[in-house]
Amino acid sequence: MTTQTTQTTQTTHKVTLTINGQPYTAEVEPRLLLVHFIREVAGLTGTHIGCDTTSCGACTVLVNGVPAKSCTLLAVQVDGAEIRTVEGLEQDGKLHPVQDGFVQEHGLQCGFCTPGMMLTAVALLERNPQPTEDEIRRAISGNLCRCTGYVNIVKSIQYAAKQMREAQATPAPAPVGAEV
Amino acid sequence: MATETETPIRGMGHSVKRKEDARFIRGRGRYVDDIKLPGMLFLDIVRSPYAHATIKNIDASAALAQPGVLAVITGKDLDAAGLAWMPTLMGDKQMVLPVDRVVYQAQEVAAVVATDRYAAADGVALVNVEYEPLPPVTDPIKALEADAPLVRPDREQKTNHIWHWEAGDAARTDELFNQAEVVVKEDLYIPRIHVCSIETCGCVASFDAVEGKLTVYMTTQAPHAIRTVFSLVTSIPEHKIHIISPDIGGGFGGKVPVYPGYVIACVASIKTGHPVKWIEDRSENLQADSFARDYHITAELAAKRDGTMQALRVKTIADHGAFDAAANPSKFPAGLFSVITGSYELDAAHVEVDGVYTNKPSGGVAYRCSFRVTEAVHTIERMVDVLAQKLSMDPAELRLKNFIPPEKFPYKSPTGWEYDSGNYPAALRKAMEEIGYEQLRREQAEKRARGELMGIGLSTFTEIVGAGPSHTFDILGIKMFDSAEIRVHPTGSAIVRIGVQTQGQGHETTFAQIVAEELGLPVENITVEHGDTDTAPYGLGTYASRSTPTAGAATAVAARKIREKAKNIAAHLLEVSPDDLEWENYQFRVKGTPGKAVTMQQIAFAAYTNHPQGMEAGLEAVDYYDPPNLTFPFGAYVCVVDIDRGTGEVKIRRFLAIDDCGNIINPMIVDGQIHGGLTMGMAPALLEEITYDENGNIQQGNFMDYLLPTAMETPAWETDKTVTPSPHHPFGAKGVGESATVGAPPAIANAVVDALSHLGVTHIDIPITPWKVYKILEEHGVAES
Amino acid sequence: MIPDRFEYYAPTTLAEAINLLQQHPDETKVMAGGQSLIPLMKFRLATPGYVVDLRNVPHLDVLQERDGSLIIGAMVREARLESSALIRQRYPALLDTSSVVADPIVRNFATVGGNLAHADPANDHPAMMVALRATLLAQGADGQRTIPIDDFLVDTLETSLKPDEVLVEIRVPQPAPRSGAAYCKLERKVGDYAIAAVAASVTLDENGACTQAGLALTNVGPKAIRASAAESFLTGKPLNDETIREAAKLAAEAAEPGSDLRGPADYKRAMVRTLAARALRRAAQRATGSIAHNGNIGGGVA
Repeated sequence: MTTQTTQTTQTTHKVTLTINGQPYTAEVEPRLLLVHFIREVAGLTGTHIGCDTTSCGACTVLVNGVPAKSCTLLAVQVDGAEIRTVEGLEQDGKLHPVQDGFVQEHGLQCGFCTPGMMLTAVALLERNPQPTEDEIRRAISGNLCRCTGYVNIVKSIQYAAKQMREAQATPAPAPVGAEV
Repeated sequence: MATETETPIRGMGHSVKRKEDARFIRGRGRYVDDIKLPGMLFLDIVRSPYAHATIKNIDASAALAQPGVLAVITGKDLDAAGLAWMPTLMGDKQMVLPVDRVVYQAQEVAAVVATDRYAAADGVALVNVEYEPLPPVTDPIKALEADAPLVRPDREQKTNHIWHWEAGDAARTDELFNQAEVVVKEDLYIPRIHVCSIETCGCVASFDAVEGKLTVYMTTQAPHAIRTVFSLVTSIPEHKIHIISPDIGGGFGGKVPVYPGYVIACVASIKTGHPVKWIEDRSENLQADSFARDYHITAELAAKRDGTMQALRVKTIADHGAFDAAANPSKFPAGLFSVITGSYELDAAHVEVDGVYTNKPSGGVAYRCSFRVTEAVHTIERMVDVLAQKLSMDPAELRLKNFIPPEKFPYKSPTGWEYDSGNYPAALRKAMEEIGYEQLRREQAEKRARGELMGIGLSTFTEIVGAGPSHTFDILGIKMFDSAEIRVHPTGSAIVRIGVQTQGQGHETTFAQIVAEELGLPVENITVEHGDTDTAPYGLGTYASRSTPTAGAATAVAARKIREKAKNIAAHLLEVSPDDLEWENYQFRVKGTPGKAVTMQQIAFAAYTNHPQGMEAGLEAVDYYDPPNLTFPFGAYVCVVDIDRGTGEVKIRRFLAIDDCGNIINPMIVDGQIHGGLTMGMAPALLEEITYDENGNIQQGNFMDYLLPTAMETPAWETDKTVTPSPHHPFGAKGVGESATVGAPPAIANAVVDALSHLGVTHIDIPITPWKVYKILEEHGVAES
Repeated sequence: MIPDRFEYYAPTTLAEAINLLQQHPDETKVMAGGQSLIPLMKFRLATPGYVVDLRNVPHLDVLQERDGSLIIGAMVREARLESSALIRQRYPALLDTSSVVADPIVRNFATVGGNLAHADPANDHPAMMVALRATLLAQGADGQRTIPIDDFLVDTLETSLKPDEVLVEIRVPQPAPRSGAAYCKLERKVGDYAIAAVAASVTLDENGACTQAGLALTNVGPKAIRASAAESFLTGKPLNDETIREAAKLAAEAAEPGSDLRGPADYKRAMVRTLAARALRRAAQRATGSIAHNGNIGGGVA
């Protein structure tokens, strides 16, 4: 499972992550942060880095369905996990209702915090299909946005919640992208 | 011949969904850190732990012995190439890497180039720098004392004083003060703050030795100006420099300056022959990149006893840090601070500012505001409230009494600005009505009687944006015009290239709407490009709310040039004289014969297939627009706060923003800009501040202590508009990106002071922390016991 | 911000974990959720040579009532407390506490055990556990031992865990009839450490007199501080405005705050008084069943 490199005592570990349904295996240093695995090993650059104190949430991904700040997890620490990133939200050419909501309600400006913000919203709505404004604000309080002032992000999530409830009420011809 | 337009045009005034969102919501944005070039190396920077020290020695041997570390670059290496210093936008110079001394904490000291970011970080940890600490000075008032440590011994003048600047009429102002019935005076400190766009700064520099061409992907708000500056500094011919500003994760002014990291990355690429990526950590961004504000202001306002305001006198000490690298137009070392008379008709004003060096990073970039306008607005809007309190007048009544009357526009201010248009009473009355001002005042009185603390704060600000007329405004000699180039394709779609650079403002959508409106082409069929200096026309970039006033105007004018040519083609197609045509409902129609018309799409096809003999083929135009004046957006804000008597916490219960930015391109985007601006206005009012200890150590060097508001601290903003078009702008727009950041802080501060005014409180410096408020509550015996 | 190199182990038994700790006791860090440790390592403020991750050790995620105690396994995530019906109904003060630890995303990985074992005086669970008189179960090479919370918390970032010991579980006594507890935190913004926070726990007799009181303070000293004088004062007395005010004053006197970016020392001391009164009131309301057993209360506008 581990190999010794020649130059240092450093051990590497074989890590396999399933990202958006696709397995990625790499031999990595234990210190490799999950966000760097996603961005540089898997080449999925939609997940961003905005701070170094676990404050901003730009790096938020879903780890086994739960939002996590991928700059504060080691890749080895989540070996074997199912990871979902922004690139995995659109399914079969159909946007996730949260993606649609962010467009319809102008929930993004520069777009840098948006992937993390959307993944937090996706997890919230999977857990709580009808959140109040206060519950939405609480849920996204680990994601900083400098552009929007959050008003339209809240509306975007409310829009998505409505779409998802309606889709559930009247069975849609195709799934709307939420995990089943 | 004409057919009804099938696809809606959706030009001016439509809330068109943003074109750029398609990539951002899929994680397909392309930010600088997403760029990966073959053979790319990574650069990381060694930074000074001291605010002021001499460098005795730099030992890079341990770092160079690390696997993956390829080079360590120091100031001495750069000095040999004449690059240890670079010019600033304000005519000062700034260290790229120091040769023998550091002048602020976190200053760049050396750079490590390695195969990846992990190896580079290991290298940084192993560069051994020997310092001899010197006493620092971080207080600009102390820095002016005779025995203060000298921040910049490299200068001829052996003082920390940089410059003195003033505006207005000193004699007339003093005269009015001498005769005044009422004078109020306050010291206001506008703290140092940092823009903290969520994307930090960085670049990928790639030098092609064969072509002799330097390509730099860069987090910059002003790619063209950067290209010119790089060419002047490096002697690389300008056509061999290619600056690409890809998607930018927020700018707010922080991505206008040239930071040392960019230059070092270019040098590293030239030196190693590989592309080199440099991306700041948040801590580096927050500790070393340029700051905003840091103005120590003393303001006095003279008035008659009936509340007629007469004169304003302001003295300011401006802390510019160790280098005067402010991002202002060259002739304006204090930016547009002299707009400080605001929305009020005064007889005279005199404003003085003294710039000072301290052992802190450079100051003077914007924080989502146009060149020191926030400092000006905070001062006048606070002083008006101080005066109202002194006169026991309602602050709304005092404002209404002193507003520049709508009929007096264009209005020449006592400091020389010509306000283009405004209707201040209309905005304030609308705000008061919508929020229920009278009822709130009654509620406040009832609560006060019960011992509860509630405050209502107003801000009726005037902005000054859209620099600028080129006779007055330049940056390093480059005039502050801006540009657009439009090409209409044969089948009636178009590409627009502009000299400004979006960082989230939605230019790809709004500039397409301008062209859609002017040419009658559906907004979907118009592509907007920017940020690539090899293809876009020259422009000065996006900051100071200047994109719509300048490049937006250029886009409209270029489109009108196209429409003029199109009219001739239409005449040819309809076999009438151009004089017989009118532009109506996005078509050229024969006057009096409504059925006889051609669409722009038909004209475009003809321009390439059937253009009149003797006329040039094609349908395109370029415009370099030099605005005749600045624009003056304004607004009336009302903030309602409740104060917790047990903790001193301020809670914003309601905040209503009435904005007037002239004619609106996209109401959805304007609202979004205002929401964001309000949040960045609230942040320094209640949360954000950068301070230093006596040794020059920054106290808020990361997001644990530099407190960006979350969705929980941010209230649900309420917005509305009045519309007073700019008379000189081609489509009457004024710019809006920063109004709310400028207007919000005094509304909040005024609300808190209002809640405490019955205790005799006249002023609280921002940020208004719970402990500042609690101290007042305790001193006046009204804290919850 | 890149951590220095280290060796990583994810043992699958407690015995293996303890064995690993014994090999390099001074250079090894135990990792639970990593939400405090990894940031320190990124800043290279912590540079352990070895990291022992407990994620594969079984049975550390237990959350149940057993033998008169609530058992919280050392690897129970904060978010688990927030979503647990047992916690919501029977231990609302733990919900008060969990829901103000860092931010909601961090809480998906952060653990209660880590919050205690890190022994940061700014962390929220230590004071709550002091007020609730929790005990901790640790296991080392010499076997298991239980440690009262007051003995566990030694100093800033220092516990009485031995280098080869692993925290296994936290035991919170089940509430006696007519008991209530609460945690009131004042923070500069969501996600921040406390300016000050107060944990309160009371048990009342049938006449409303306080038979047992627990009162402890967050981030106003080198570790969570037990406000003993306030506890003694309340014992045997009814909880009313007057006794609460006096207890809050005694709690404030127990604080040892310093001045920093979260405010001057005298402000923090005053806040202990405000927050102690609010926490005691909320605890008393819960003890008498006069409010629902849920909902967060912070320092916010009352």
